[in-house]
Amino acid sequence: MQTMNRHKLLDVIGKLSAPGFAVVLLAACGSSGDTRDTALDPGVIPTPSVTPVTIDGALDGQALDPGSISGQAPVERVIYFDYDEAELRSEYLAIVAEHGRYLAQTPAGRVRLEGHTDERGTREYNIALGEARAKTVARMLQLQGVSSAQVRTVSYGEELPVDEAHNISAWAKNRRVNIIYEDAIQN
Amino acid sequence: MNAHNLNDSMNWLALTLCRLRSLVPALLVLVVLTPFMARPAAAVIEIEITQGADNAIPIAIVPFGWSAAGEAPEDIAAIVAADLQRSGNFAPLNRQDLVATPVSGDVPLYANWRLTGADFIVIGGMRPNGSAGYVIEFQLFDVLRQSLMKGLSFQVSEQSMRSAAHQIADAVYEEILGISGAFNTEIAFVSASGRVGNRTYKLQLADADGLNSQAMLTSPYPILSPAWAPDGVRIAYVSFEGRLNSAIYIQDKEEGTRVKVIARDGINGAPSFSPDGTRLALALSYSGELNIYVLDIDSRKLSPVTDSSAIDTEPVWADNDTLVFTSDRSGGPQLYEVPATGGRPSRITFEGNYNSDPSVSPDGSTIAFVHNGGAGFQIATIDRASGLFQTLTQGTIDESPSFSPNGQMILYATEKEGRGTLGAVSVDGAVVQSLSLDDGGNVREPAWSPYAR
Repeated sequence: MQTMNRHKLLDVIGKLSAPGFAVVLLAACGSSGDTRDTALDPGVIPTPSVTPVTIDGALDGQALDPGSISGQAPVERVIYFDYDEAELRSEYLAIVAEHGRYLAQTPAGRVRLEGHTDERGTREYNIALGEARAKTVARMLQLQGVSSAQVRTVSYGEELPVDEAHNISAWAKNRRVNIIYEDAIQN
Repeated sequence: MNAHNLNDSMNWLALTLCRLRSLVPALLVLVVLTPFMARPAAAVIEIEITQGADNAIPIAIVPFGWSAAGEAPEDIAAIVAADLQRSGNFAPLNRQDLVATPVSGDVPLYANWRLTGADFIVIGGMRPNGSAGYVIEFQLFDVLRQSLMKGLSFQVSEQSMRSAAHQIADAVYEEILGISGAFNTEIAFVSASGRVGNRTYKLQLADADGLNSQAMLTSPYPILSPAWAPDGVRIAYVSFEGRLNSAIYIQDKEEGTRVKVIARDGINGAPSFSPDGTRLALALSYSGELNIYVLDIDSRKLSPVTDSSAIDTEPVWADNDTLVFTSDRSGGPQLYEVPATGGRPSRITFEGNYNSDPSVSPDGSTIAFVHNGGAGFQIATIDRASGLFQTLTQGTIDESPSFSPNGQMILYATEKEGRGTLGAVSVDGAVVQSLSLDDGGNVREPAWSPYAR
């Protein structure tokens, strides 16, 4: 409370003061300890604290086993998209169909479809766009008889680019769905 | 007591230069390299002022006195000057233009200071305070009215010296402009470093000037959409741990505790704390479509807000009862507002075909967002009452706007020389600054803290 009063007193002095009051102020903020206290509003600043957290893990899956489902699945596993589009480009119909046939004949096969975008546009909006792309591929697979239990989708939006450059060719490589056979992944 | 002023040399060359400088308008680029002090400071700040320097208030910030042997542990005056300069509202005099070096307790010789063109003077001092650390004090004087405006004294530790300097800048800003300062606040942001396949993502905190950064979360998995709770201690974010799905966490920066609040199938995205701190607005796609929901944090009760087949995402709170969000229900992304309990959304933006990622000013009057009208992705604002639309930045990939807690600046992500950096622009568009971390990483998704409670 004393602090507040001093603060207010200081404000009042500050507001009242005009050149004519200069002499008063000279005294108020002179170098002697007592008068300086009048001019200062003391406070203790706490030391800031942050407790850091570290998450362990690796981003990438294991190497492919050639005898596994993943090792025998069609090898073309990246589907590219046009800017701000989630529709399948015609040249990828055959590739997706090949995965559809393989999965329909291999009921134990499981795929994760990872949707990605280029860096243009806002991040959460790109998460939505990446999911729309992954779902486009999922629908195509299901049309070929792949069970919904065999397919799951996840979108990373623009967070996992394969090419970090900021140009048309990098963007084209980043707008994609990765088809990932999950038997290679333990978790 | 005026011993320092005896040294005043009426250096007319310096004064002339000083006056000339105040007449130089347009582009004034100032690079402030703050030397490493007691703590590792990982950032270099570059301040660019593109306009507004000619009507900025001239102020003299005199190097603080140090009443012990050796050099002072921190150049408090330099931090205060950099803060005030960065606001665009002030033009601190160059040190070589200072006509005297009074310290805390002295009274400035106003007539001499008047000749430098300074309207105000800040003087101060610092002294050791035994095991308690240091005492820092300052006084602010009005040169024209020849009066003391404000004086404060702080007990600080080695770690809180910078905070005291920012509080001095806040006090000066508020005393002169009548607006609360936001220098003694924090920013959160995400950085990513390393090559494809071996990246490290960090959720970092730094002082509002970009210095003093430290990671509150380090992870091999992507982190996005950090959002502050109104308490200034908890931060919600999206993390893709295990690479299999997204989840939303709330982490206490002080305790280091983190809670997974939701991890449904599909997208778990775009968290935003309600102003009362009890709820999170978020975007979920477990139903098959991406819609807006409100999660009560204590009870985990989830309430739907929108129900459309379009993309609805990026909800933020305009007040405790109203959300603003992005939707492509009309084709491209546009902003809408809707009651937080659900209802019919009404469209807010009509300019251009890409408006997304809203941020509402602390007083609720203004919405900042990412706008693409054909010139690239830029930060724009719209006044909620009048509908007045304004583009504030000139980049091509500017995103993630976030208001300062005093509503005067907007922090955003931008790109410079191929790397993600942070920028800030004043709400009138006059002052632009950029900030880059020199740790080799890309920086994105800044979020300016609220005032500490």
